Amino acid sequence: MTAVSPGVDAASLRDVRSSRRGDRVFSGVTVVAGALVFALLGAIAVFLVVKAMPALQHDKSSFWTTKIWDPDATGRYGVAALVFGTVLSSVLALAMAVPVALGVAVYTVEYAPRRVGRFLGYLTDMLAAVPSVVYGLWGLFFLLPHLVGTQTFLNRWLGWIPLFSGAHGDVNTFSKSVFAASVILAIMVLPIVAAISREVIGQVDPAQKEAALALGATRWEMLRTAVFPPSRPGIVSAVMLGLGRALGETIAVALVIGNTFDISAHVLTPGGNTIAANIANRFGEAGALGRSALIASGLVLFVITLLVNLIARYVIYRSGVEERSAAV
Amino acid sequence: MTADASSAGLRSRGLTARTLPRPVVAGAALAAVAVTFLLFAVTPLQGVADFLVAATVLAILTVTGLTLAVEGRRRAVDRLATSGALIALVLTLLPLGFTLGYTAYRGTKRLTGNFLTHSMAGVGPFSPNGGIYHAIVGTLEQVLIASLIAVPLGLLVAIYVTEYGRNAFGTAIRFLVDVMTGIPSIVAGLFVLAFWVLALHKGFSGFAGSIALAILELPIVVRSAEEMIRLVPAALREASYALGVPKWKTILRIVLPTAATGITTGVMLAIARVTGETAPVLLVVGNNFYINTNPMKGPQASLPLYIFQGAGSSSNLDVDRAWAAALTLILIVVVLYVAARLLTRRNSLRR
Repeated sequence: MTAVSPGVDAASLRDVRSSRRGDRVFSGVTVVAGALVFALLGAIAVFLVVKAMPALQHDKSSFWTTKIWDPDATGRYGVAALVFGTVLSSVLALAMAVPVALGVAVYTVEYAPRRVGRFLGYLTDMLAAVPSVVYGLWGLFFLLPHLVGTQTFLNRWLGWIPLFSGAHGDVNTFSKSVFAASVILAIMVLPIVAAISREVIGQVDPAQKEAALALGATRWEMLRTAVFPPSRPGIVSAVMLGLGRALGETIAVALVIGNTFDISAHVLTPGGNTIAANIANRFGEAGALGRSALIASGLVLFVITLLVNLIARYVIYRSGVEERSAAV
Repeated sequence: MTADASSAGLRSRGLTARTLPRPVVAGAALAAVAVTFLLFAVTPLQGVADFLVAATVLAILTVTGLTLAVEGRRRAVDRLATSGALIALVLTLLPLGFTLGYTAYRGTKRLTGNFLTHSMAGVGPFSPNGGIYHAIVGTLEQVLIASLIAVPLGLLVAIYVTEYGRNAFGTAIRFLVDVMTGIPSIVAGLFVLAFWVLALHKGFSGFAGSIALAILELPIVVRSAEEMIRLVPAALREASYALGVPKWKTILRIVLPTAATGITTGVMLAIARVTGETAPVLLVVGNNFYINTNPMKGPQASLPLYIFQGAGSSSNLDVDRAWAAALTLILIVVVLYVAARLLTRRNSLRR
């Protein structure tokens, strides 16, 4: 664009030079901005490690195995129960959210008329717009009491599965539990998984779908043979991104989970905790070592979510699917 | 039906395969609901939710069974899949309706002009007065400062990634931005706590909250701006280059204005997202019952934080105020969200 033709006068040469300088300055500024992203992520990792060190060194032997959180009084604390609760509640949430998210994505793209589908897409995204603290408040005062019936039902009919059995045979004390947290998480993860799945499913080549229908396939057979196989990498990454979100969700979980420190797979009984919820609940009362210990637990959460997100991105990049949704 | 078709065993799968008329399907579903109603009237079964679930299950079983008997297995599976998709839709819209509806129901009780214009200064434990003015001021300032940091920076990063970064560094930054979208909000808060509050000894302030919110806002801005800039037609750029306009001027005068509507949408969605963030704010702004208009100094209140503390309170008065604050927060977020969506319609750039 700045090629100089023969016979240009000095003024236009100066123009070209100044525009080149402008280009250099401008591109330099954008490079610095890009480098800041690098620096920021580096700083996050470094400062978390530095401020977690006192707690990690103080409790070298048992940080990974201790199931108690009492750094300031007795100096005993560990992330064992927290990591377990975080993973359990998130996996349970995905088990509930993913089928529904896929169903609603398929419905909005393949079943609903185009205009209706777009509107339903907005509504689904609206679920993601509700702040997590509102979900927490709603979960605490609306969902918890209304969930007792479901919990009783699950316990009575599926109680033979250890997941749904009562820890001590007490089945009528359902309240703040891993199950309640999972339901809230499922509602919050649902729009994310649905939005990406919608994009991915919408990108399937219409010719493939029409070919399947022309061969006499029913709509479901068309979905199974022409839509799901090419969408699989995108859906897998959607699920992983949803998992990342569920693992790190804080406030909503903090309000509806039991805040106890035991490793128990009985999700219906009161109790449970997650790394993020523990930070929110214990931060106010934490002393110096307590804060350091909370930062150390946050570091663990950071690493876990980082791994999950890296896997999700890897799946996306490898498959070449363009998923870019405002909801994510 | 010709003789050789029937002899080949194609009769049941031919063009004249037996199909259920729509009224029959609808009738079967209604009958299932009626039977459920009778069951609930006669047996000890009760409850509205239980009735709806039982009726739905029974209706689906009836319709699928009928289809299986008349139209065959393939059509039955297809009907089942359709029902599944419909149920998924209902299960998605139910929580949305219940959350918004219940918040509106509980929130309107206390949401008055007085509530919006007063702080919690001097409000005793048994006083139903007090409001969220201090929290609104805090949230607006924190989100504004966060956006002042994140939006220009995010735009520059997006420009670098799309216009200059066709190299390993650019790819790496794109990847890191994607990774940043996955940072849990509480981790962003912990970082600011470790860096700003503990390492630099700056103490709690609204600005500390702004940094944390900016970290969360940045990747959302970058990604949406990046997407919009990529959509600007190459012909526009080339026309500008052909006129001798340098690249930086082309970007600032041609590319960005063309993408402006889309970028604004993305920014508004990003703002809507961070306005409701509680976790980072909880760790670094402190909280305050009084009005503190200075974001640089001293603890500040924030709307999400106000709700969180109200939710955890044992006083019903606090809980009522939390609901009213939640309704305010939802209204702010939904207005931003709807405005962003309406703006999308005016966007001439489409994929």
